[in-house]
Amino acid sequence: MRTTFEAPAGEPHPTDRASNSAVRRREVMLGAKGAAPAVSGAALQIKGLSHAFGALRVIERLDLDLSQGEVVGIVGPSGCGKSTLLELVGGLLDTQAGTIAVEGADSPAARLGCCAYMPQRDLLLPWLAAIDNAALALRNRGASRAEARRLAHPLFERFGLAGFEGSRPAALSGGMRQRIAFLRTLLAGKPVLLLDEPFASLDAITRAEMQEWLAKALAAEARTAILVTHDVEEALYLSDRVVVLSARPAVALTELTAPRPRAVPRLDAVTSQGFTSARERALAALSDGAR
Amino acid sequence: MKRWLPPLAIIAALLGAWELAARLDVIAEALKLEPFLVPAPSEIAQALWQDRDLLAENAWVTLQEVLAGFALAVAAGVGFAVVLHLSPTLRRAFYPLLVASQTVPIVVLAPILVVWLGFGIGPKLVIIALICFFPVTVNTLDGLGAVDSDLVKMMRTLDASRWQILRRIEAPTALPYLFSGAKIAVAVAVIGAVFGEWAGSSSGLGHLIQQASAQLQTDRTFAAVAVLSAIAVTLFAMLAALERRIAWWGPNGPRN
Repeated sequence: MRTTFEAPAGEPHPTDRASNSAVRRREVMLGAKGAAPAVSGAALQIKGLSHAFGALRVIERLDLDLSQGEVVGIVGPSGCGKSTLLELVGGLLDTQAGTIAVEGADSPAARLGCCAYMPQRDLLLPWLAAIDNAALALRNRGASRAEARRLAHPLFERFGLAGFEGSRPAALSGGMRQRIAFLRTLLAGKPVLLLDEPFASLDAITRAEMQEWLAKALAAEARTAILVTHDVEEALYLSDRVVVLSARPAVALTELTAPRPRAVPRLDAVTSQGFTSARERALAALSDGAR
Repeated sequence: MKRWLPPLAIIAALLGAWELAARLDVIAEALKLEPFLVPAPSEIAQALWQDRDLLAENAWVTLQEVLAGFALAVAAGVGFAVVLHLSPTLRRAFYPLLVASQTVPIVVLAPILVVWLGFGIGPKLVIIALICFFPVTVNTLDGLGAVDSDLVKMMRTLDASRWQILRRIEAPTALPYLFSGAKIAVAVAVIGAVFGEWAGSSSGLGHLIQQASAQLQTDRTFAAVAVLSAIAVTLFAMLAALERRIAWWGPNGPRN
Protein backbone atom coordinates (compact mmCIF):
# COMPACT_ATOMS: atom_id res chain seq x y z
CA MET A 1 0.00 0.00 0.00
CA ARG A 2 2.71 2.39 0.98
CA THR A 3 4.36 2.24 -2.39
CA THR A 4 1.36 3.94 -3.97
CA PHE A 5 2.35 7.09 -2.17
CA GLU A 6 5.98 7.13 -3.05
CA ALA A 7 7.19 9.16 -5.96
CA PRO A 8 6.94 7.14 -9.15
CA ALA A 9 10.54 6.83 -10.26
CA GLY A 10 9.97 7.89 -13.84
CA GLU A 11 7.29 10.47 -13.25
CA PRO A 12 6.96 12.27 -16.54
CA HIS A 13 8.20 15.74 -16.04
CA PRO A 14 5.91 18.04 -17.95
CA THR A 15 7.82 19.97 -20.55
CA ASP A 16 8.42 23.12 -18.70
CA ARG A 17 6.76 25.68 -20.85
CA ALA A 18 5.47 27.24 -17.65
CA SER A 19 6.07 30.93 -17.98
CA ASN A 20 5.07 31.35 -14.37
CA SER A 21 7.87 30.80 -11.93
CA ALA A 22 5.43 29.97 -9.15
CA VAL A 23 4.19 27.02 -11.11
CA ARG A 24 7.73 25.84 -11.62
CA ARG A 25 8.54 26.22 -7.94
CA ARG A 26 5.50 24.18 -7.11
CA GLU A 27 6.77 21.33 -9.25
CA VAL A 28 10.06 21.28 -7.49
CA MET A 29 8.23 21.00 -4.24
CA LEU A 30 6.10 18.11 -5.41
CA GLY A 31 9.13 16.36 -6.79
CA ALA A 32 11.00 16.83 -3.54
CA LYS A 33 8.37 15.29 -1.30
CA GLY A 34 9.36 12.06 0.37
CA ALA A 35 12.85 12.43 -0.98
CA ALA A 36 13.53 15.14 1.58
CA PRO A 37 12.87 13.75 5.03
CA ALA A 38 11.78 15.99 7.86
CA VAL A 39 14.56 18.46 8.54
CA SER A 40 14.36 19.93 11.97
CA GLY A 41 14.32 23.67 12.58
CA ALA A 42 11.31 25.78 13.45
CA ALA A 43 8.88 25.90 10.58
CA LEU A 44 6.26 27.58 12.69
CA GLN A 45 6.63 29.50 15.94
CA ILE A 46 3.71 30.78 17.95
CA LYS A 47 4.58 32.93 20.95
CA GLY A 48 2.21 34.39 23.53
CA LEU A 49 -0.73 34.37 21.14
CA SER A 50 -3.94 35.83 22.56
CA HIS A 51 -7.09 36.63 20.67
CA ALA A 52 -10.50 38.00 21.53
CA PHE A 53 -13.66 38.86 19.64
CA GLY A 54 -14.87 41.88 21.55
CA ALA A 55 -15.18 40.80 25.15
CA LEU A 56 -15.02 37.13 24.23
CA ARG A 57 -11.52 35.87 24.88
CA VAL A 58 -10.87 32.96 22.55
CA ILE A 59 -7.17 32.20 22.86
CA GLU A 60 -4.96 33.02 25.84
CA ARG A 61 -1.17 33.20 25.69
CA LEU A 62 -0.61 30.18 23.50
CA ASP A 63 2.89 28.99 22.64
CA LEU A 64 3.54 26.37 20.01
CA ASP A 65 6.57 25.41 17.94
CA LEU A 66 6.48 23.13 14.95
CA SER A 67 9.62 21.78 13.37
CA GLN A 68 9.93 21.20 9.67
CA GLY A 69 7.77 18.30 8.52
CA GLU A 70 6.08 17.88 11.86
CA VAL A 71 2.36 17.23 12.16
CA VAL A 72 0.80 18.63 15.31
CA GLY A 73 -2.73 17.72 16.27
CA ILE A 74 -4.79 20.17 18.25
CA VAL A 75 -7.77 18.88 20.17
CA GLY A 76 -10.12 20.77 22.40
CA PRO A 77 -13.79 21.15 23.23
CA SER A 78 -16.11 22.68 20.63
CA GLY A 79 -15.87 26.46 20.33
CA CYS A 80 -12.50 26.63 22.07
CA GLY A 81 -10.93 28.72 19.33
CA LYS A 82 -9.28 26.00 17.27
CA SER A 83 -10.52 27.38 13.98
CA THR A 84 -9.58 30.91 15.04
CA LEU A 85 -6.08 29.63 15.70
CA LEU A 86 -5.84 28.25 12.17
CA GLU A 87 -7.14 31.47 10.66
CA LEU A 88 -4.56 33.43 12.63
CA VAL A 89 -1.74 31.15 11.58
CA GLY A 90 -2.90 31.19 7.97
CA GLY A 91 -2.91 34.98 7.82
CA LEU A 92 -6.67 35.18 7.33
CA LEU A 93 -7.01 37.09 10.60
CA ASP A 94 -4.73 39.77 12.01
CA THR A 95 -3.08 38.96 15.31
CA GLN A 96 -3.96 41.07 18.35
CA ALA A 97 -1.26 39.97 20.76
CA GLY A 98 1.72 37.69 20.42
CA THR A 99 3.58 36.59 17.33
CA ILE A 100 3.24 33.87 14.75
CA ALA A 101 6.27 33.28 12.57
CA VAL A 102 5.90 30.94 9.64
CA GLU A 103 9.24 30.11 8.08
CA GLY A 104 10.61 33.12 9.92
CA ALA A 105 8.09 35.63 8.51
CA ASP A 106 5.35 36.99 10.69
CA SER A 107 3.26 39.41 8.63
CA PRO A 108 -0.25 38.19 7.73
CA ALA A 109 0.61 38.40 4.03
CA ALA A 110 3.71 36.25 4.49
CA ARG A 111 1.71 33.73 6.49
CA LEU A 112 -0.96 33.67 3.81
CA GLY A 113 1.80 32.91 1.34
CA CYS A 114 3.20 30.03 3.39
CA CYS A 115 0.05 28.27 4.56
CA ALA A 116 -2.62 26.30 2.75
CA TYR A 117 -5.89 26.06 4.60
CA MET A 118 -8.19 23.07 4.27
CA PRO A 119 -11.61 23.89 5.71
CA GLN A 120 -13.98 21.48 7.40
CA ARG A 121 -16.34 21.39 4.45
CA ASP A 122 -14.81 20.37 1.15
CA LEU A 123 -16.01 23.59 -0.53
CA LEU A 124 -15.54 22.13 -3.99
CA LEU A 125 -16.89 24.37 -6.72
CA PRO A 126 -19.87 22.57 -8.29
CA TRP A 127 -19.24 24.12 -11.69
CA LEU A 128 -15.72 22.74 -12.00
CA ALA A 129 -14.58 19.18 -12.70
CA ALA A 130 -12.66 17.43 -9.91
CA ILE A 131 -9.28 18.07 -11.51
CA ASP A 132 -10.01 21.76 -12.05
CA ASN A 133 -11.06 22.04 -8.41
CA ALA A 134 -7.81 20.43 -7.31
CA ALA A 135 -5.78 22.70 -9.59
CA LEU A 136 -7.41 25.97 -8.49
CA ALA A 137 -4.23 27.33 -6.91
CA LEU A 138 -2.23 26.66 -10.06
CA ARG A 139 -4.82 28.53 -12.11
CA ASN A 140 -4.73 31.41 -9.64
CA ARG A 141 -0.99 31.62 -10.18
CA GLY A 142 -1.43 32.01 -13.89
CA ALA A 143 -1.20 28.49 -15.28
CA SER A 144 -3.44 27.79 -18.25
CA ARG A 145 -6.16 25.22 -17.73
CA ALA A 146 -4.30 22.57 -19.72
CA GLU A 147 -1.08 23.25 -17.86
CA ALA A 148 -2.81 23.11 -14.47
CA ARG A 149 -4.47 19.82 -15.36
CA ARG A 150 -1.19 18.33 -16.50
CA LEU A 151 0.42 19.22 -13.17
CA ALA A 152 -2.51 17.95 -11.10
CA HIS A 153 -2.93 14.72 -13.02
CA PRO A 154 -0.08 12.70 -11.41
CA LEU A 155 -1.50 13.43 -7.97
CA PHE A 156 -4.84 11.90 -8.90
CA GLU A 157 -3.06 8.64 -9.62
CA ARG A 158 -0.84 8.83 -6.59
CA PHE A 159 -3.72 9.45 -4.22
CA GLY A 160 -6.12 6.83 -5.52
CA LEU A 161 -8.30 9.18 -7.53
CA ALA A 162 -7.35 8.05 -11.04
CA GLY A 163 -10.35 8.06 -13.32
CA PHE A 164 -12.22 10.71 -11.38
CA GLU A 165 -10.47 13.72 -12.93
CA GLY A 166 -13.46 14.71 -15.02
CA SER A 167 -16.17 14.02 -12.46
CA ARG A 168 -18.32 16.81 -11.15
CA PRO A 169 -18.16 17.15 -7.36
CA ALA A 170 -21.90 16.44 -7.07
CA ALA A 171 -21.30 12.98 -8.51
CA LEU A 172 -18.65 12.06 -5.92
CA SER A 173 -18.96 10.57 -2.44
CA GLY A 174 -18.07 12.55 0.67
CA GLY A 175 -14.75 10.74 1.05
CA MET A 176 -13.78 11.37 -2.56
CA ARG A 177 -14.69 15.02 -2.27
CA GLN A 178 -12.54 15.35 0.82
CA ARG A 179 -9.60 13.75 -0.97
CA ILE A 180 -9.93 16.24 -3.80
CA ALA A 181 -10.11 19.06 -1.27
CA PHE A 182 -6.87 17.75 0.22
CA LEU A 183 -5.20 17.60 -3.20
CA ARG A 184 -6.32 21.17 -3.79
CA THR A 185 -4.59 22.09 -0.52
CA LEU A 186 -1.43 20.21 -1.48
CA LEU A 187 -1.33 21.74 -4.95
CA ALA A 188 -1.25 25.18 -3.39
CA GLY A 189 2.41 24.27 -2.92
CA LYS A 190 2.68 25.83 0.54
CA PRO A 191 5.13 24.49 3.11
CA VAL A 192 2.55 24.50 5.91
CA LEU A 193 -0.84 22.78 5.79
CA LEU A 194 -3.66 23.88 8.08
CA LEU A 195 -6.28 21.17 8.34
CA ASP A 196 -9.48 22.26 10.06
CA GLU A 197 -11.44 19.17 11.10
CA PRO A 198 -10.98 17.71 7.64
CA PHE A 199 -13.17 14.67 8.20
CA ALA A 200 -15.79 15.98 10.61
CA SER A 201 -18.50 15.80 7.98
CA LEU A 202 -17.90 12.15 7.09
CA ASP A 203 -19.54 9.03 8.51
CA ALA A 204 -17.49 6.89 10.91
CA ILE A 205 -16.39 4.24 8.43
CA THR A 206 -15.42 6.69 5.72
CA ARG A 207 -13.64 8.79 8.31
CA ALA A 208 -11.50 5.83 9.43
CA GLU A 209 -10.63 5.14 5.79
CA MET A 210 -9.78 8.76 5.19
CA GLN A 211 -7.57 8.91 8.28
CA GLU A 212 -5.54 6.02 6.99
CA TRP A 213 -5.40 7.64 3.58
CA LEU A 214 -4.27 10.97 5.02
CA ALA A 215 -1.64 9.25 7.19
CA LYS A 216 -0.11 7.79 4.06
CA ALA A 217 -0.45 11.01 2.15
CA LEU A 218 1.28 12.97 4.92
CA ALA A 219 4.02 10.36 5.10
CA ALA A 220 4.54 10.71 1.36
CA GLU A 221 4.28 14.49 1.13
CA ALA A 222 6.23 15.45 4.26
CA ARG A 223 4.69 18.82 5.05
CA THR A 224 4.51 20.72 8.26
CA ALA A 225 0.89 20.56 9.30
CA ILE A 226 -1.49 21.60 12.03
CA LEU A 227 -4.47 19.32 12.32
CA VAL A 228 -7.38 20.67 14.29
CA THR A 229 -9.96 18.17 15.42
CA HIS A 230 -12.22 17.33 18.33
CA ASP A 231 -11.51 13.63 17.83
CA VAL A 232 -8.67 12.59 20.14
CA GLU A 233 -8.12 9.33 18.32
CA GLU A 234 -7.83 11.07 14.97
CA ALA A 235 -5.32 13.54 16.37
CA LEU A 236 -3.19 10.83 17.97
CA TYR A 237 -3.27 8.66 14.89
CA LEU A 238 -2.38 11.39 12.39
CA SER A 239 0.01 13.59 14.35
CA ASP A 240 3.52 13.45 15.74
CA ARG A 241 2.41 15.47 18.71
CA VAL A 242 -0.96 16.37 20.17
CA VAL A 243 -1.74 19.56 22.05
CA VAL A 244 -4.83 19.50 24.22
CA LEU A 245 -6.54 22.87 24.58
CA SER A 246 -8.87 23.96 27.36
CA ALA A 247 -12.34 25.40 26.89
CA ARG A 248 -12.46 29.07 25.87
CA PRO A 249 -10.22 31.00 26.29
CA ALA A 250 -7.97 28.28 24.97
CA VAL A 251 -4.77 27.59 26.86
CA ALA A 252 -2.56 24.61 26.20
CA LEU A 253 -3.34 22.02 28.88
CA THR A 254 -1.00 19.25 27.99
CA GLU A 255 1.11 17.95 25.20
CA LEU A 256 1.35 14.31 24.18
CA THR A 257 3.75 12.63 21.87
CA ALA A 258 1.78 10.42 19.58
CA PRO A 259 2.98 6.85 19.18
CA ARG A 260 4.73 6.34 15.87
CA PRO A 261 4.68 5.11 13.18
CA ARG A 262 1.38 6.35 11.88
CA ALA A 263 1.36 4.57 8.56
CA VAL A 264 0.72 1.08 9.91
CA PRO A 265 -2.85 -0.10 9.37
CA ARG A 266 -5.04 2.20 11.38
CA LEU A 267 -6.72 -0.56 13.35
CA ASP A 268 -3.35 -1.87 14.57
CA ALA A 269 -2.25 1.61 15.48
CA VAL A 270 -5.31 2.64 17.43
CA THR A 271 -5.49 -0.62 19.40
CA SER A 272 -1.83 -0.66 20.40
CA GLN A 273 -0.89 -0.27 24.07
CA GLY A 274 0.90 3.05 23.60
CA PHE A 275 -2.02 4.47 21.66
CA THR A 276 -4.73 3.59 24.15
CA SER A 277 -2.77 4.97 27.09
CA ALA A 278 -2.05 8.20 25.18
CA ARG A 279 -5.73 8.45 24.38
CA GLU A 280 -6.68 8.02 28.02
CA ARG A 281 -4.28 10.75 29.07
CA ALA A 282 -5.63 13.07 26.38
CA LEU A 283 -9.22 12.43 27.39
CA ALA A 284 -8.37 12.95 31.04
CA ALA A 285 -6.74 16.29 30.18
CA LEU A 286 -9.77 17.29 28.13
CA SER A 287 -12.22 16.56 30.92
CA ASP A 288 -10.00 18.40 33.39
CA GLY A 289 -9.99 21.40 31.07
CA ALA A 290 -13.72 21.35 30.67
CA ARG A 291 -14.18 21.64 34.42
CA MET B 1 -45.23 16.68 -23.34
CA LYS B 2 -46.44 15.94 -19.83
CA ARG B 3 -44.88 19.18 -18.64
CA TRP B 4 -47.01 21.21 -21.02
CA LEU B 5 -50.27 19.51 -20.13
CA PRO B 6 -51.13 21.40 -16.90
CA PRO B 7 -50.61 24.93 -18.29
CA LEU B 8 -52.46 24.06 -21.50
CA ALA B 9 -55.34 22.58 -19.51
CA ILE B 10 -55.61 25.71 -17.34
CA ILE B 11 -55.54 28.01 -20.37
CA ALA B 12 -58.15 25.90 -22.13
CA ALA B 13 -60.40 25.91 -19.07
CA LEU B 14 -60.12 29.67 -18.63
CA LEU B 15 -60.80 30.35 -22.31
CA GLY B 16 -63.72 27.95 -22.19
CA ALA B 17 -65.25 29.73 -19.22
CA TRP B 18 -64.66 33.11 -20.85
CA GLU B 19 -66.24 31.91 -24.09
CA LEU B 20 -69.30 30.67 -22.22
CA ALA B 21 -69.62 33.89 -20.24
CA ALA B 22 -69.41 36.00 -23.38
CA ARG B 23 -71.78 33.81 -25.42
CA LEU B 24 -74.50 32.94 -22.90
CA ASP B 25 -76.77 35.95 -22.57
CA VAL B 26 -77.72 35.11 -18.99
CA ILE B 27 -74.13 35.26 -17.77
CA ALA B 28 -73.14 38.11 -20.07
CA GLU B 29 -75.97 40.24 -18.72
CA ALA B 30 -75.30 39.31 -15.13
CA LEU B 31 -71.63 40.30 -15.50
CA LYS B 32 -72.45 43.32 -17.70
CA LEU B 33 -70.22 41.97 -20.47
CA GLU B 34 -70.78 44.08 -23.56
CA PRO B 35 -69.49 42.50 -26.77
CA PHE B 36 -67.67 45.71 -27.71
CA LEU B 37 -65.93 45.75 -24.32
CA VAL B 38 -65.08 42.11 -23.87
CA PRO B 39 -65.00 39.97 -26.99
CA ALA B 40 -65.27 36.19 -26.81
CA PRO B 41 -62.04 34.20 -27.23
CA SER B 42 -63.31 32.85 -30.52
CA GLU B 43 -63.64 36.42 -31.81
CA ILE B 44 -60.12 37.20 -30.67
CA ALA B 45 -58.90 34.09 -32.45
CA GLN B 46 -60.66 35.27 -35.55
CA ALA B 47 -59.00 38.67 -35.27
CA LEU B 48 -55.64 36.98 -34.76
CA TRP B 49 -56.08 35.21 -38.07
CA GLN B 50 -57.58 38.07 -40.06
CA ASP B 51 -55.06 40.65 -38.86
CA ARG B 52 -52.10 38.29 -38.97
CA ASP B 53 -50.00 40.44 -41.31
CA LEU B 54 -50.72 43.59 -39.36
CA LEU B 55 -49.98 41.85 -36.06
CA ALA B 56 -46.78 40.25 -37.33
CA GLU B 57 -45.52 43.54 -38.71
CA ASN B 58 -46.08 45.37 -35.44
CA ALA B 59 -44.93 42.45 -33.29
CA TRP B 60 -41.60 42.54 -35.11
CA VAL B 61 -41.17 46.22 -34.23
CA THR B 62 -42.00 45.57 -30.56
CA LEU B 63 -39.81 42.46 -30.40
CA GLN B 64 -36.83 44.46 -31.63
CA GLU B 65 -37.44 47.13 -29.01
CA VAL B 66 -37.81 44.53 -26.27
CA LEU B 67 -34.67 42.60 -27.25
CA ALA B 68 -32.51 45.69 -27.59
CA GLY B 69 -33.82 47.28 -24.38
CA PHE B 70 -33.42 44.04 -22.46
CA ALA B 71 -29.87 43.52 -23.73
CA LEU B 72 -29.03 47.08 -22.75
CA ALA B 73 -30.46 46.53 -19.26
CA VAL B 74 -28.59 43.25 -18.73
CA ALA B 75 -25.27 44.74 -19.83
CA ALA B 76 -25.71 47.89 -17.74
CA GLY B 77 -27.24 46.03 -14.79
CA VAL B 78 -24.46 43.45 -14.56
CA GLY B 79 -21.80 46.13 -14.93
CA PHE B 80 -23.43 48.31 -12.30
CA ALA B 81 -23.88 45.36 -9.93
CA VAL B 82 -20.20 44.44 -10.21
CA VAL B 83 -19.12 48.00 -9.49
CA LEU B 84 -21.42 48.26 -6.47
CA HIS B 85 -20.27 44.85 -5.27
CA LEU B 86 -16.61 45.79 -5.45
CA SER B 87 -17.08 49.09 -3.67
CA PRO B 88 -19.10 49.03 -0.45
CA THR B 89 -19.02 52.83 -0.43
CA LEU B 90 -20.57 53.12 -3.87
CA ARG B 91 -23.03 50.44 -2.89
CA ARG B 92 -24.17 52.39 0.13
CA ALA B 93 -24.33 55.54 -1.96
CA PHE B 94 -26.28 54.18 -4.91
CA TYR B 95 -28.50 51.46 -3.50
CA PRO B 96 -31.24 53.76 -2.12
CA LEU B 97 -31.16 55.70 -5.38
CA LEU B 98 -31.56 52.45 -7.29
CA VAL B 99 -34.67 51.59 -5.29
CA ALA B 100 -36.06 55.12 -5.56
CA SER B 101 -35.63 55.07 -9.33
CA GLN B 102 -38.15 52.24 -9.45
CA THR B 103 -40.85 54.31 -7.79
CA VAL B 104 -40.98 56.85 -10.62
CA PRO B 105 -44.01 55.83 -12.69
CA ILE B 106 -42.92 55.01 -16.20
CA VAL B 107 -46.06 56.67 -17.60
CA VAL B 108 -44.76 59.97 -16.23
CA LEU B 109 -41.32 59.43 -17.64
CA ALA B 110 -42.32 58.18 -21.08
CA PRO B 111 -43.58 61.47 -22.60
CA ILE B 112 -40.51 63.32 -21.28
CA LEU B 113 -38.23 60.78 -22.91
CA VAL B 114 -40.12 61.13 -26.17
CA VAL B 115 -39.57 64.87 -26.09
CA TRP B 116 -35.86 64.32 -25.47
CA LEU B 117 -35.19 61.40 -27.75
CA GLY B 118 -37.80 61.75 -30.48
CA PHE B 119 -40.31 59.27 -31.89
CA GLY B 120 -37.83 56.60 -32.93
CA ILE B 121 -36.72 53.51 -31.06
CA GLY B 122 -34.65 55.62 -28.60
CA PRO B 123 -37.23 56.37 -25.89
CA LYS B 124 -38.63 52.81 -26.06
CA LEU B 125 -35.18 51.37 -25.47
CA VAL B 126 -34.62 53.65 -22.51
CA ILE B 127 -38.02 52.85 -20.96
CA ILE B 128 -37.62 49.09 -21.40
CA ALA B 129 -34.07 49.24 -20.11
CA LEU B 130 -35.20 51.28 -17.08
CA ILE B 131 -37.84 48.70 -16.21
CA CYS B 132 -35.47 45.74 -16.74
CA PHE B 133 -32.47 47.32 -15.07
CA PHE B 134 -33.77 46.99 -11.52
CA PRO B 135 -34.45 43.23 -11.28
CA VAL B 136 -31.24 42.46 -13.15
CA THR B 137 -29.07 44.69 -10.97
CA VAL B 138 -30.60 43.74 -7.62
CA ASN B 139 -30.50 40.02 -8.33
CA THR B 140 -26.95 40.07 -9.65
CA LEU B 141 -25.83 42.12 -6.68
CA ASP B 142 -27.46 39.65 -4.29
CA GLY B 143 -25.84 36.77 -6.15
CA LEU B 144 -22.37 38.30 -5.98
CA GLY B 145 -22.84 38.78 -2.24
CA ALA B 146 -24.24 35.28 -1.69
CA VAL B 147 -20.81 33.65 -1.81
CA ASP B 148 -19.90 31.53 1.18
CA SER B 149 -17.28 33.45 3.19
CA ASP B 150 -15.35 30.21 3.81
CA LEU B 151 -15.02 29.86 0.06
CA VAL B 152 -13.42 33.29 -0.14
CA LYS B 153 -11.01 32.41 2.68
CA MET B 154 -10.11 29.20 0.93
CA MET B 155 -9.47 31.06 -2.33
CA ARG B 156 -7.26 33.57 -0.52
CA THR B 157 -5.04 30.80 0.83
CA LEU B 158 -4.90 29.48 -2.73
CA ASP B 159 -3.28 32.78 -3.78
CA ALA B 160 -6.34 34.20 -5.53
CA SER B 161 -6.37 37.90 -6.35
CA ARG B 162 -9.55 39.96 -5.86
CA TRP B 163 -10.22 39.68 -9.57
CA GLN B 164 -9.79 35.88 -9.51
CA ILE B 165 -12.19 35.57 -6.59
CA LEU B 166 -14.70 37.57 -8.62
CA ARG B 167 -14.18 35.54 -11.76
CA ARG B 168 -13.87 32.03 -10.35
CA ILE B 169 -16.17 32.17 -7.32
CA GLU B 170 -18.47 35.16 -7.24
CA ALA B 171 -19.45 35.30 -10.91
CA PRO B 172 -20.46 31.62 -11.15
CA THR B 173 -22.38 31.95 -7.87
CA ALA B 174 -24.18 35.03 -9.19
CA LEU B 175 -25.07 33.54 -12.58
CA PRO B 176 -28.26 31.71 -11.46
CA TYR B 177 -29.31 34.90 -9.65
CA LEU B 178 -28.73 36.91 -12.81
CA PHE B 179 -31.04 34.52 -14.64
CA SER B 180 -33.76 34.98 -12.02
CA GLY B 181 -33.53 38.72 -12.49
CA ALA B 182 -33.42 38.45 -16.27
CA LYS B 183 -36.54 36.26 -16.33
CA ILE B 184 -38.48 38.83 -14.32
CA ALA B 185 -37.08 41.59 -16.51
CA VAL B 186 -38.01 39.99 -19.81
CA ALA B 187 -41.60 39.45 -18.66
CA VAL B 188 -42.08 43.10 -17.73
CA ALA B 189 -40.08 44.37 -20.72
CA VAL B 190 -43.13 44.06 -22.99
CA ILE B 191 -45.08 46.37 -20.66
CA GLY B 192 -42.28 48.88 -21.01
CA ALA B 193 -42.52 48.58 -24.77
CA VAL B 194 -46.26 49.32 -24.68
CA PHE B 195 -45.79 52.41 -22.49
CA GLY B 196 -42.99 53.59 -24.75
CA GLU B 197 -45.13 53.19 -27.85
CA TRP B 198 -48.12 54.88 -26.24
CA ALA B 199 -46.05 57.93 -25.51
CA GLY B 200 -45.36 58.41 -29.17
CA SER B 201 -44.84 56.04 -32.09
CA SER B 202 -46.22 54.99 -35.42
CA SER B 203 -45.85 51.24 -35.14
CA GLY B 204 -45.54 48.36 -32.68
CA LEU B 205 -48.08 46.31 -30.75
CA GLY B 206 -48.54 49.07 -28.17
CA HIS B 207 -49.35 51.52 -30.95
CA LEU B 208 -51.75 48.99 -32.45
CA ILE B 209 -53.48 48.48 -29.08
CA GLN B 210 -53.83 52.22 -28.63
CA GLN B 211 -55.38 52.69 -32.07
CA ALA B 212 -57.62 49.66 -31.94
CA SER B 213 -59.03 50.42 -28.53
CA ALA B 214 -59.70 54.04 -29.52
CA GLN B 215 -61.77 52.69 -32.38
CA LEU B 216 -63.50 50.13 -30.15
CA GLN B 217 -61.97 47.26 -32.14
CA THR B 218 -61.68 45.26 -28.99
CA ASP B 219 -61.12 41.96 -30.76
CA ARG B 220 -58.04 43.43 -32.42
CA THR B 221 -56.92 44.97 -29.12
CA PHE B 222 -57.10 41.62 -27.39
CA ALA B 223 -55.43 39.88 -30.33
CA ALA B 224 -52.49 42.29 -29.98
CA VAL B 225 -52.38 41.63 -26.23
CA ALA B 226 -52.33 37.88 -26.93
CA VAL B 227 -49.35 38.32 -29.26
CA LEU B 228 -47.62 40.47 -26.67
CA SER B 229 -48.09 37.77 -24.03
CA ALA B 230 -46.86 35.12 -26.44
CA ILE B 231 -43.68 37.16 -26.99
CA ALA B 232 -43.07 37.47 -23.24
CA VAL B 233 -43.77 33.79 -22.55
CA THR B 234 -41.52 32.69 -25.41
CA LEU B 235 -38.64 34.91 -24.31
CA PHE B 236 -39.06 33.69 -20.73
CA ALA B 237 -38.99 30.05 -21.84
CA MET B 238 -35.89 30.69 -23.94
CA LEU B 239 -34.11 32.24 -20.96
CA ALA B 240 -35.15 29.33 -18.73
CA ALA B 241 -33.76 26.86 -21.29
CA LEU B 242 -30.54 28.84 -21.53
CA GLU B 243 -30.31 28.87 -17.74
CA ARG B 244 -30.57 25.08 -17.58
CA ARG B 245 -27.71 24.86 -20.04
CA ILE B 246 -25.23 27.41 -18.75
CA ALA B 247 -26.12 27.85 -15.06
CA TRP B 248 -26.85 24.19 -14.40
CA TRP B 249 -25.43 24.28 -10.85
CA GLY B 250 -28.11 26.73 -9.76
CA PRO B 251 -31.51 25.97 -8.24
CA ASN B 252 -33.06 25.57 -11.70
CA GLY B 253 -30.39 23.21 -12.97
CA PRO B 254 -31.45 19.96 -14.61
CA ARG B 255 -30.73 17.91 -11.51
CA ASN B 256 -32.68 20.08 -9.12
